[in-house]
Amino acid sequence: MITVLEANGLSKRYGHKWALSECTLAIPAGKVVGVVGPNGAGKTTLLHLAVGLLQPSAGSISVLGGRPGTTAGQLARVGFVAQDTPTYAGLSIAEHLRFGAWTNPSWDQKLAEDRIEGLGLDPGQKAGKLSGGQRAQLALTLAVAKRPELLVLDEPVASLDPLARREFLQGLMEVVVDHGASVVLSSHLVADLERVCDYLVVLVGSRLQVAGDIDELLSSHHRLTGPRRDRGSLPRDHQVIGESHTDRQSTLVVRAHDPVLDPLWSVEKLDLEDLVLAYMSRAVKVDRRPKLEVRS
Amino acid sequence: MTRLTLRQFRTEAVVGLVLLGALAILLAVSGVNLMNVNDAFRSACKAARDCATASNPVVNVDKPLQSALPFLATIAPALVGLFLGAPLIARELETGTFRLAWAQSVTRRRWLAVKLGVVGTAAMAFSELFTWMVDWWAGPIDAANKNRFGLANFGFHGVAPIGYAAFAFALGATAGVLFRRTVPAMGVTLVGFAAARLAVTYWARPHFASPARESLPLTTGSGPGFGFGGANGASVVLNPPHVDVPNGWVYSTAVLDKAGHAPTSPYMLHACPVLDQVSEQLAASGGLPTSGGGPAQFHGCINKLSATFHTVVTYQPAGRFWPFQWAEMGIFLAAALALCGFSYWWLRRRYA
Repeated sequence: MITVLEANGLSKRYGHKWALSECTLAIPAGKVVGVVGPNGAGKTTLLHLAVGLLQPSAGSISVLGGRPGTTAGQLARVGFVAQDTPTYAGLSIAEHLRFGAWTNPSWDQKLAEDRIEGLGLDPGQKAGKLSGGQRAQLALTLAVAKRPELLVLDEPVASLDPLARREFLQGLMEVVVDHGASVVLSSHLVADLERVCDYLVVLVGSRLQVAGDIDELLSSHHRLTGPRRDRGSLPRDHQVIGESHTDRQSTLVVRAHDPVLDPLWSVEKLDLEDLVLAYMSRAVKVDRRPKLEVRS
Repeated sequence: MTRLTLRQFRTEAVVGLVLLGALAILLAVSGVNLMNVNDAFRSACKAARDCATASNPVVNVDKPLQSALPFLATIAPALVGLFLGAPLIARELETGTFRLAWAQSVTRRRWLAVKLGVVGTAAMAFSELFTWMVDWWAGPIDAANKNRFGLANFGFHGVAPIGYAAFAFALGATAGVLFRRTVPAMGVTLVGFAAARLAVTYWARPHFASPARESLPLTTGSGPGFGFGGANGASVVLNPPHVDVPNGWVYSTAVLDKAGHAPTSPYMLHACPVLDQVSEQLAASGGLPTSGGGPAQFHGCINKLSATFHTVVTYQPAGRFWPFQWAEMGIFLAAALALCGFSYWWLRRRYA
């Protein structure tokens, strides 16, 4: 399997606080990966480690088979849009494109110009005068036109209004379709990711909760409702993610690769949001979490 | 990367060049005037054969400019540090654009090296151009005052300002890396630069080379300022003469014997009984000149003292002006390079 990102026990510490602990992960190529989790979960840390803005405190990470951010060649293969999509306020759009051309060997000027034109932006306009959505599009254009093999976006739509959000994600999908880059983007909103991602990474409290193909995750997670019973009575291959009990009834969220056949349970599918929420609330409840197997 | 750096620094460059151009015009007009006054004086004093003693009126021409320029030239490197150095990295860090820059196919080392190299070189060139203009303009005044080695004038002549500019710039950039905000970085740059300049001027520069010492005979015509002075009624001190070393840097003059001791008050009163009579006068007036209007009795008294005592001048000869300039530049350049290295190390440590 070709991986775009491989992490092994990847950890990052600031002072005494672990921003990311023991993250082991292998993301296959050609995916649009959503990294989701609440604020402060370690999403930005993971992405910064992936583009070489940070170095791990422990463990290792390799992106497209190389150490992130170390050489110009490695930098050329990874496009990055940072949180709040920074641009040079005093430079015009055209100057940003020239900047991209000067600093990237595989720069595609036509692609960049077409995108700016398609967005209806005036190349002479200063980036400082753009709206948040336009600035995000400019940042995306810069990242895309360097023709990276992997595109990393850190909360690119967090500060955008719903319309700009939609346009941005649409633009992103067009790029993926047209140029076939792998994408890793983070968000604290599942709804953003649901439309564009086919692979999910859930981070909570600096730890990796689950990672895998969204289709596989959805088909292997079930909500079971039935008369009250203990989790110990479940088959071994059922991994309980969440449970709630009333006097007479139990509701469990389990991960099971085989269909649940027990007739006492009424089995429901989860949607992506429920699935993510189940992992989030579990992480909050449990102090010492069992390490999860990572499927890829 | 170079072109981006040049583009980012365009506004500052234009402002700097406009200011430099305005100053050039001002100095050109004033400088021609100074040269004319100086030439007129030269031919007049040659005709009168008193060039050595006559005072050159050039030192009084364009007085406001003469008082303003040393100040301007002293703070120019600080301005370079404030407006080119401090924002160089700090602005990228505070606006987050460093994440955009570092996402391009340029390593951090190259990014920093190009930024520091391109803007730093421009800062040094700007400073040297400024100094060269001031040097040219001040030529006639320096020729008249013969004091460019002095503490007040050394710093805006020659090549030392290149070092100052490089240092102020690197200090600004480093403060920006540390504080990640432009305004605090500017404050630190200003204070740090002033401290470094003062420290080198008063503590380091006097030790670049051990000074020359010269003993001059003690005579009534030793020079201005020479004479007896009074302090606390009875005691008498001998004020050393002011000795001019043309284009040299005088540390001190003192009246000393072979063992390096100054004449004591009782010794002087013994050698010169006349001092006793005027001691009250000495105390009241603060001193009596030995030459000109001084009492004639002093002559014999000075003659007696001169058998044992000499005027000892400690100074740096004029020929050391350039070695001192290069040394001063070298110190500040070395400090600038060290700061650049530190910035790189810190950026790597913090962000990589």
